[in-house]
Amino acid sequence: MSDRVTVQVAVNGVPLSVEVEARTTLVDFLRDDLELTGTHVGCEQGVCGACTVLVDGVAARSCLMLAVQASEADVTTTEGLANDSRMAVVYDALTESHAFQCGFCTPGFLAQIATLVEASSRPDEAAVRAALSGNLCRCTGYESIIDGVLLALQQTTENES
Amino acid sequence: MKLPAFDYHAPRSLDHALELLREHGDEARVLAGGQSLLPMMAMRLARPSVLVDFGQISSLDGITVTDDTVSLGAMLRERQAEESDVVRRRLPLLADALPLIGHDAIRNRGTIGGSIAHADPAAEIPTVALALDASIVVVSADRGERAIAAADFFQGFLTTSIEDDEAVLRIEVPAASPQTGTSFCEMARRHGDFAIVGAAVAVDVHDGRISSARIALMGVDGLPLRRTDAEHILAGSAPTAACLEAAAEAASRDLNPPSDMHGSSPYRKHMATVLVRRGLDEALRRAQEEPA
Repeated sequence: MSDRVTVQVAVNGVPLSVEVEARTTLVDFLRDDLELTGTHVGCEQGVCGACTVLVDGVAARSCLMLAVQASEADVTTTEGLANDSRMAVVYDALTESHAFQCGFCTPGFLAQIATLVEASSRPDEAAVRAALSGNLCRCTGYESIIDGVLLALQQTTENES
Repeated sequence: MKLPAFDYHAPRSLDHALELLREHGDEARVLAGGQSLLPMMAMRLARPSVLVDFGQISSLDGITVTDDTVSLGAMLRERQAEESDVVRRRLPLLADALPLIGHDAIRNRGTIGGSIAHADPAAEIPTVALALDASIVVVSADRGERAIAAADFFQGFLTTSIEDDEAVLRIEVPAASPQTGTSFCEMARRHGDFAIVGAAVAVDVHDGRISSARIALMGVDGLPLRRTDAEHILAGSAPTAACLEAAAEAASRDLNPPSDMHGSSPYRKHMATVLVRRGLDEALRRAQEEPA
């Protein structure tokens, strides 16, 4: 075997087959090979959460995955979430609560928030804080993000009833 | 930094994977969840020229119960274990520890076997395995399976007794009895941070006395440590405040924890006493209130 691999993956619903170096991380694959630059590289150690994407619907640190490990999976980035109608209420709520300033952490937060909104049971504030504890923000001080998520969850519940 | 170059294999069968490990020996590393190995490689703390990805091998992630032993497949994701009813009921100490590992996204990829094999001295799963006298079953192409007792498994900083051609297959953990109460306490600056110090505690209570206790500490040395002196003080004793204090003090005696920017050696030693005491209090409370 060599140090090049073929990654066969569906990204935001689009099936792809791309040859890359085996050492290419998923985040670099998304940003450099696919030019989906919405996902950001922060610490590159899995701590900051800026690189968080959805792999088969669950949150994953794309800086701690090889692109080839996403083979045969469905990867959703922030670009894909923008086309997800279930996220519309999230975007509105986060805008209303001023949940982003520079925007660097935002795509990672959105991926994590997507899992909260799509969860079968409604998380309370403590659960929201715990779920988002792996995403760092240097600008907002977090309260506006938490407020926005709670607002989105409340409105999702109202829409469903 | 970006990762160094390596040759990548994704075998579809365990046999093929083991052949690759035999062929490449110490030049190869197993890739499980990658949540510890990949950052190590990025920081050049590990430099394998071959990665054998176990992610395409099926049936390595099962949870099975035989008599009083729970068997956890090496590729079982920490998140799957966290959500498992079997783990919650039969391995309460592990269930206590799992949510403390990193964050959601880390646990979605990180594996039980990977954490055990990585053997970080501040990691929860190795500490639980040590506290519960788990058996780590490893396998190689040439010698088949062998079971290693947790007490013999952890050798030093990020060092285990796994041979170069071996991979972790499963962890076999004795299930808790109805008389068991458990507690996992750790000190971390923020939710999900690496623990500075942590204590895994399990006590069995009969007729108001502690019939046995198991205490393991993480973050106090280059490997997790069982505190048998403290356990002897507790065994057969009534759980009085004096007894628990003596045990907590004994748990930190003879420790020589490292000093780093997260905590000094005296601080870690002191926290070991504090966390063991908290752990004992909570474990005893749960032993006495939990239904059989």
